[in-house]
Amino acid sequence: MDLFGDYTLRLVALGSAVLGATSGALGSFAYLRRQSLLGDAVSHAALPGIVLAFMLTGSKAPLVLMLGAGLAGWIGTLAVQVIVRRSRVPYDSALGIVLAVFFGFGLVLLTHIQKLPNAAQAGLESFLFGQAASLLRRDVVTMAALGGTALVILLLLWKEFKVLSFDPDFAASLGLPVRRLDGVLTLLLVVAIIIGLQTVGVVLMSAMIVAPGAAARQWSRRLAPMVAIAAAIGIFSGVIGSILSSYIPRLPTGPTIVLVLSSIFVVSLFLAPHRGLLWRSLRFGALRTAPDLDPVLMHLFALSRQHPDDPEHGHSVAVIQTMSPPEAKVVAALERLADRGLAQRTSDGGWAPTPIGRREAQRILERETGVGT
Amino acid sequence: MNPELQIVLIAVVTAVAAALPGTYLVLRRTALVSDAISHAILPGIVVAFFLTHNLNSPLLLVSAAATGVLTVFLIEALLRSRLVPEDASIGLVFPALFSIGVILISRYAGDVHLDTDSVLLGELALAPFDQLIIGGAELGPRALWTMGVILVLNLLLIGLAWKELKLATVDPGLAALLGFSPVAINYSLMAMVSITAVGAFDAVGSILVVALMIAPPATAYLVVDRFAPMLWVGAAVAAASAILGYALAFALDVSIAGSMAVVCGILFASALLLAPRRGLVAQARRRNSQRLELGVRMLLVHLLHHQETESEAEECRVPSLHRHLQWSEARTRQVVREAESRELVARAGDLLHATADGRSLADVAVIGERVG
Repeated sequence: MDLFGDYTLRLVALGSAVLGATSGALGSFAYLRRQSLLGDAVSHAALPGIVLAFMLTGSKAPLVLMLGAGLAGWIGTLAVQVIVRRSRVPYDSALGIVLAVFFGFGLVLLTHIQKLPNAAQAGLESFLFGQAASLLRRDVVTMAALGGTALVILLLLWKEFKVLSFDPDFAASLGLPVRRLDGVLTLLLVVAIIIGLQTVGVVLMSAMIVAPGAAARQWSRRLAPMVAIAAAIGIFSGVIGSILSSYIPRLPTGPTIVLVLSSIFVVSLFLAPHRGLLWRSLRFGALRTAPDLDPVLMHLFALSRQHPDDPEHGHSVAVIQTMSPPEAKVVAALERLADRGLAQRTSDGGWAPTPIGRREAQRILERETGVGT
Repeated sequence: MNPELQIVLIAVVTAVAAALPGTYLVLRRTALVSDAISHAILPGIVVAFFLTHNLNSPLLLVSAAATGVLTVFLIEALLRSRLVPEDASIGLVFPALFSIGVILISRYAGDVHLDTDSVLLGELALAPFDQLIIGGAELGPRALWTMGVILVLNLLLIGLAWKELKLATVDPGLAALLGFSPVAINYSLMAMVSITAVGAFDAVGSILVVALMIAPPATAYLVVDRFAPMLWVGAAVAAASAILGYALAFALDVSIAGSMAVVCGILFASALLLAPRRGLVAQARRRNSQRLELGVRMLLVHLLHHQETESEAEECRVPSLHRHLQWSEARTRQVVREAESRELVARAGDLLHATADGRSLADVAVIGERVG
């Protein structure tokens, strides 16, 4: 199958890959800084900027529309900041207000220009839900230029952004301009969002920001691999989503990319090493069935102290069983203790602690009671 | 009833019905759950539509509300895994569900009257054309009945579970301690949000649901301090947004939902700026007067420190004061004018000295207020 012979598909896949890489890398930072939903607010807030840019210039050149979108999105983030810093309205409400009010304003402008006699505005609605098939060469070039610039700035300020994301107080104590860095990182996030609006639309853009980072976080606990994995997941989903939607009729690109991303996230949630839910349940299962060794050793120790002159004196399993809760698997516990050299079978078929076992029991006793005996 | 009046009435009922549960969302810091639910109900609506082939079937409401509760369940399940923080789990769940809805529509619904635009944006202007007809009698627009019933349901739930909802909102720990199940309270609130969002979607669209649920209660939160007034003020602000929004849309011939959201924003911004005590203007005024008061006291302490010593001629001269206090000349002039107008200082030629009143205020500034 000649996957990339089709010019449109090649263009869409390329655009989606650029978008996936940029939003994956920058979204990772948003994810770590608990700003996942800022992406949702910015993408909705961008709508009036797109329409205003068109109304002022009469042009639908991608750079013009993206500048308008970026400016409006950035003003949206400033509005959120003012509300949160200067009033008691909580962060999430501030995001919701900016999101809905800016979007409503965009809608007002959009319905206004649709009433105008010329038809030049046609196509602006495609920003609502995205229309990847309408991507032109100049769109993809603009996306690549903006996204590439954002990624280069991210790499140049890597160390600063890293400190800022994990420990802003420490960053301030190092003398870093925290406020300004925060502004730059937010601006880069805005860039990542606006280059995706035409492909996936304002509603689904937030998933492009959150999901790659959230999935990558499951696979790595270090920043650099996480960002790299997130970018890779973004590219992969973009390309696979474009291919699927071009080969299956009536499968819109934006939602398909988002579903591919969501599936990758779910798989990561279950299968990622160490953190994955599957491994965790296996591990907890193993812990649950393991017999509790310490109490059995303590019982053995208590019994052996009844015979100070004969520490090797054995006691039968039945005695230890009566000292333990009825469901305790005493025999298994004794065998495990023997494996570790803490207990031994005596010649009369009973059990006794070894010298190491007695020292270990003594240590446990001191730890539990805080006194030596 | 003429169509304009019907539209305004639907808008007001919807706005009040949305603002009531919204108050709890704002106070519980889960405002964006409304955003998530209002998008995520799309697949519920689509599936119910495929089953009934009727956009007016009550099954749509039920199925969409169930999807809303499912959304909340999924978000909380992700949270409970402790592998994803709260904001990200919201941002992961609703786009996935919304995508499923969009794909279902474009693959199977083809050309029926069910498109994503109408869910997201709503078209209130069309609501009067859809009349509820029972036994041949026109009973008014269907949307008005739907939203009216939902408003009554919301009022009922709030009335019946007033104490529980309030306590679980302001002090969840105490509520749990007293034996109110946080899970039951949370899910009944979320069911209320889902049903309201579903009822409102075809009249006003999901984005306006978000605007009406969050902005009016947040506006009220800036103005009042107690819980019950916040609920009613929020509802009143929502109703005002609905009426003014419709007037704006009518005047400019633009989207009704959009202009209602814009008016919500304008009212919120006005409260943010002008609210008594908490508004930005009041904050700036308070800061300025505090700064001025501090300046006056520092000036008095400075004067008392130097007057009747040999440094007086230099340190208390008005033209050079700003250098000794290390203030700008403008600030020095402002502070001296204020102190003079309150007769705390008096001028003799170029020299400034504290009056008796000024002396006692300076004592307060240095020693602190005397008790009694």
